[in-house]
Amino acid sequence: MSRLLPLIGFCLIVALLAFGIHWNRSHDMNWVPSPLIDKPAPDFNLPLLYDSTKTLGRKDLLGKPWLLNVFGSWCVTCQDEHPVLMAYARSLGVRLIGMDWKDDPDAAKRWLAQFGNPYDTIVVDESGKAGIDFGVYGAPETYLIDARGVIRYKHIGNLTPDSIASELKPAIAQLGKQRP
Amino acid sequence: MKRIALVTAVLFVGMHVAFAIDPLPFKDRAEEVRFQNLTRQLRCLVCQNQDLADSEADLARDLRRQVFQMMQEGKTDDQIKQYLVSRYNDFVLYDPPLQTGTWLLWFGPFAFLALGAFVVTRIVRKRANAPLPSADSKEDW
Repeated sequence: MSRLLPLIGFCLIVALLAFGIHWNRSHDMNWVPSPLIDKPAPDFNLPLLYDSTKTLGRKDLLGKPWLLNVFGSWCVTCQDEHPVLMAYARSLGVRLIGMDWKDDPDAAKRWLAQFGNPYDTIVVDESGKAGIDFGVYGAPETYLIDARGVIRYKHIGNLTPDSIASELKPAIAQLGKQRP
Repeated sequence: MKRIALVTAVLFVGMHVAFAIDPLPFKDRAEEVRFQNLTRQLRCLVCQNQDLADSEADLARDLRRQVFQMMQEGKTDDQIKQYLVSRYNDFVLYDPPLQTGTWLLWFGPFAFLALGAFVVTRIVRKRANAPLPSADSKEDW
């Protein structure tokens, strides 16, 4: 028995390391869970991209659920995500509000003219302050906010057809159930 | 030749310092030290193994500016940390706070130390009680 002990110890270490590799591969190590889930969305009031004399805020959006997509024309991953938004935005059944984050509005307009505009409305957060309030740390990020202005779901990184089908759509369906 | 190398080296060191530190208008040295101390305890969300003080990421620069602004408004270090934690989770703090979810993280190493001490004591006791090898042992050391 005691002669087997080193072998058992070795096997335990191998199992531990294998678990570590498995864990690293199945989890995104850059993913930080948001403390804002199930909390009221932060207040903001930002100018519209296509009409900077008008603003849109949290209060204007109460009453119906909406999706906030944080993007920027400088953001490479947003370009990967863009065709997915173009394809799915209409079929989700919620308004899609874009937040042009830390970006030059003219660059954003050129970007949207080139790739198309999937958003119902776009607000501009040039300073990035509203983004910080939402806890944005890497665009693109997407937030689902319910009719009462509470954040129900957050996706960090680009939305894919898979993540929309397995996470976003069920989260939207869940909203339908809680509404009176 | 040596002199050129020296000047180049000094220039490079100078450049690095210039890039690493934002030109924030500190009113005195004490405020700057407080700022540096605080931003060293906060993690950059973009390059997650760097603190806010060292990171060159765009968001880190914005957050440094935010920390500086809150210091100007007279907020305490705890209030500033709370501001960031409420947006970015405990993950922004380099030292995880002591709470129910983290006690294993804080006290786990001591548990392992105690376990190791227990095992070593047992082995030593066992050896001490074992009979000494007899004098006519054939084993040749």
